[in-house]
Amino acid sequence: MADIMTVDSLEKRYGSVQAVDKISFGIPEGVCFGLLGPNGAGKTTTIEMMEGITDPTGGQILFRGKPIEASFKKKVGIQFQHTALPEFITVKETLQMFSAFYPHPRPIPELIRLCSLDDILGRDNQKLSGGQKQRMLLALAIIPRPEIVFLDEPTTGLDPQARRNFWDLVRGIKAEGTTVVLTTHYMDEAEVLCDVVAIMDHGKLLELDTPEALLKKHFQGALIRLPGREIQAENLDVTMKQLLADGTDLTGLSIHKPDLEDLFILLTGSTLRA
Amino acid sequence: MKAFTALVKARTMEFVRDTGSFAWALLFPIIMIIGFAFAFSGNSNDLFKVGVLGPGDADLGFLKTPQTQFITYQPPVDEKALLEKLRQHELDALIDTSTKTYWINNQGRNSKIIVLLMDKQDGSKAYTRMAVSGAPIRYVDRLVPGVIAMNLMFGCLFGVGYVLIRYRKNGVLKRMKATPVSALTFITAQGVSRFFIVLVTSVFVYFGTNLFLGFRMEGSYFDLLLLLSLGTVSMIALGLALASRFKNEELANGIINLITWPMMLFSGVFFSLEGTPGPLQAFSQALPLTHFIQAARAIMLDGAGLVQIAPDLLFLGIFTAGCLALAAWLFRWD
Repeated sequence: MADIMTVDSLEKRYGSVQAVDKISFGIPEGVCFGLLGPNGAGKTTTIEMMEGITDPTGGQILFRGKPIEASFKKKVGIQFQHTALPEFITVKETLQMFSAFYPHPRPIPELIRLCSLDDILGRDNQKLSGGQKQRMLLALAIIPRPEIVFLDEPTTGLDPQARRNFWDLVRGIKAEGTTVVLTTHYMDEAEVLCDVVAIMDHGKLLELDTPEALLKKHFQGALIRLPGREIQAENLDVTMKQLLADGTDLTGLSIHKPDLEDLFILLTGSTLRA
Repeated sequence: MKAFTALVKARTMEFVRDTGSFAWALLFPIIMIIGFAFAFSGNSNDLFKVGVLGPGDADLGFLKTPQTQFITYQPPVDEKALLEKLRQHELDALIDTSTKTYWINNQGRNSKIIVLLMDKQDGSKAYTRMAVSGAPIRYVDRLVPGVIAMNLMFGCLFGVGYVLIRYRKNGVLKRMKATPVSALTFITAQGVSRFFIVLVTSVFVYFGTNLFLGFRMEGSYFDLLLLLSLGTVSMIALGLALASRFKNEELANGIINLITWPMMLFSGVFFSLEGTPGPLQAFSQALPLTHFIQAARAIMLDGAGLVQIAPDLLFLGIFTAGCLALAAWLFRWD
């Protein structure tokens, strides 16, 4: 599977601050690629350089093996983290306006169906709830039938139900063969949606692989937590019986399969700076 | 009481730290006062304005009253233009001391006094009286072009300039940057939309008020429409130039006020700048709105055609081109 986009020694410096510090990776076509990390890690900067919104101060970005051309914008879908929509215009009118920007836009009924927009078609942009707005922005992102879609923290600020609904939408898009590049600081989201994850912190790339491979690499077995202790148990049965035999105080015991959150804490030595 | 004090304190701090608003609140009244003082230095209550041609040392003491303002015109002198001013009651009398003639406006309200004073001179000091005729122009006839100009200015600067800055601040521009739409297409669309809105509202305001007030219109409506279009385009261009970089709405608001208020005061919207100090008149001539208003008045009150207002049209054209170039050069989506 060839890489649809590659990033090579990508750098972004703002004065003395190195927001993105020479990172390199490739995005295989058709996967959901997650860029993980806490706020300030450099995820948004990285994704905005890939989208063509921000210019890198070093390195290069290739689309299908070639530097990015003007036609790139017709083939990508972008959903920003903070976007305002034009005021006093309805959802449907906004879809119509954005459709006019592209040569072969997806038919509006299809957008409505894919993103569940029926109930808000006539609503003014300003009157949309958080979840409704994110669905709208996703619809705008997929108008050009993009080959690759960039979603920057698409579920931040949404309630759990809205987040899960959004995940269904993303799965639907991926099922069409669109490559999805997602940034998030929600580890559960990354685990559910992403085929490959890249973990970033302080502008650097720490790890890149499938979630399963990463977890297998860094953890052996289940994670047992007791106040002040953390035990990785390859054989849960044996370890638990050992603890009981030792007469360990099991107050505050928690056992779970290691997840990306645990991985992140392990890699960066700090908790999530959400 | 504690809550009240806390709120007063917080709101005051908010205001002071918002440097844009704070600076404007201080600067604006200062500018107004200084501007007015300068504009009307020495002219508090003049009843009539007397234009004087000829040697400056001519003895016109007999005309001197606390209410007389003498305006001396240095050669080269455009007598026709000055007589026109007389016809339009911008001057109450015109005296040529070298030929010992003077002109008054038959329909002027101050002419009787002047005639009385002038006729008292006899013998070698006698002046020959000449008259022009021109219906007094109502204040509203002079005001209408000014008000339309003001409307134009506000409509374009806020409708194009401020809105673009707000779009930049809240991310609408950024979303546009992500589409294949070019900056040029986007900006032109904003301008064209505002052009139609302003044109239609101006026409509507004009004809709506015309029903009640019956404006004097000596010239052609087509010429006026053309002028209106050019005036609108020039204000849109100014709005675009302003909006090319700013991200801060409060600052934008302050800057737009800084531009609109002087233009309102010194473009001749509400009062004529005739007789104000030279530098102020020069400043006025540097403002696009002045040229729009001059040309509009020329069309409406003098029946001027496109040829006569060509210099004003040229100024507006060059101003527009300059602003558009600046806007194109400076524009950033973010």
